[in-house]
Amino acid sequence: MNGVHDMGGLHCFGPVRPEPDEPLFHAPWEKRALALTLAMGATGQWNIDLSRAVREALPPAVYLGSSYYEIWVLALEMLLLERGLITQGERDSGLCMSTGKTLPHILHADAVAATLARGSPTERPATAPARFCQGDRVIARNLHPPGHTRLPRYVRGHPGRVLRVHGAHLFADAHAQRQQPPFDTTAHWLYTVVFDAQDLWGPDADPTVQVSVEAWEPYLEAAPA
Amino acid sequence: MADHDDHAHSHLGDMDVRVRALETLLTHKGYIDPAALDAIIETYETRIGPHNGAAVVARAWTDPDFHQWLIADATAAIASMGFGGRQGEHMVAVENTPLVHNMVVCTLCSCYPWPILGLPPVWYKSAPYRAKVVRDPRGVLRDFGVELPPDTSVRVWDSTAEVRYVVLPMRPSGTDGLDEPALAALVTRDAMVGTGLALAPVPGSAPA
Repeated sequence: MNGVHDMGGLHCFGPVRPEPDEPLFHAPWEKRALALTLAMGATGQWNIDLSRAVREALPPAVYLGSSYYEIWVLALEMLLLERGLITQGERDSGLCMSTGKTLPHILHADAVAATLARGSPTERPATAPARFCQGDRVIARNLHPPGHTRLPRYVRGHPGRVLRVHGAHLFADAHAQRQQPPFDTTAHWLYTVVFDAQDLWGPDADPTVQVSVEAWEPYLEAAPA
Repeated sequence: MADHDDHAHSHLGDMDVRVRALETLLTHKGYIDPAALDAIIETYETRIGPHNGAAVVARAWTDPDFHQWLIADATAAIASMGFGGRQGEHMVAVENTPLVHNMVVCTLCSCYPWPILGLPPVWYKSAPYRAKVVRDPRGVLRDFGVELPPDTSVRVWDSTAEVRYVVLPMRPSGTDGLDEPALAALVTRDAMVGTGLALAPVPGSAPA
């Protein structure tokens, strides 16, 4: 999706303003928003790519006008509503009006440490040989899928070079396709691809700068010899 | 994105009320265990934070074998110190030298190596950083008060998949006699993201 979340290279946002001695949270509700998001994620009713897809699909003015934890709360509500886990009336009133669905996984306190320590590794056995190897010249394909993708606009159509081959990983675009489990767990080879800033931003760009992204194989084509 | 000082009463209404209501609702539905929420918060408030990454960097500065391991297989090297898991399942460490300075970003959302740096600061998730650092990284460094030599090249790593990056900063001069804890105290979060440098030691802190 060509959304406002895809921010690389945009102008007019002004300087970065680091906050001296920034606290970990700026309000008590941010802690609960973080923990709610993680705890509901652990129920397995969606995955991280579906979470990102919902955040990206927020109206652009809402996305840009909200703090990151506000975006998380809005997306969490959306994920719950879409799956019928809560109703609009319940969200608006905060009142529980019907029995909850039975979920196969509930995160309990005694499982938190192990769940966080396990994480969600995305590497999978490869089912085909890698098409590219380190040093290969490639081009980021000029793709504009309407759904979730992790290929930023600022690299599309530009030439780069494969710096590292990471193995086969769950392909985010596919992983975000199916709304309910079982999700599409297609894995593709994942590469770090590095670009010269002048290829991305033109001849006036700083010649001493390079930028890399992680790109799955379907994002890439071989550069013409 | 909005400044943080208006979070409680944003255009979304009172966020405190909204999130509290959601937590109560999900508890009644049987989807969450509030004690698990407390445990998650406690984890990121006390156990997981940039002090973990600083310990990793200090070890890499003092132990050549660990340094080599960290560059070759950061996930395993970092796991050997007890750090890993969520948002750090696939780690890569990139090393600063006089010739190259590394910076880490997630232009598409807020991907960040949680097990060793904790939760990201607001600026890391903000539009200004995500927009600017891939186009004008030296300008971002100036926003942080850092000026690199003009002949130092800049490498920006955009975390667009589940690989997470940590910058191994250059060890400051004048630190030859310092032990790992003293060195770790010089390693800031920003130095491990690449928007800062490791701190210079306080004069006289190194043993003679």
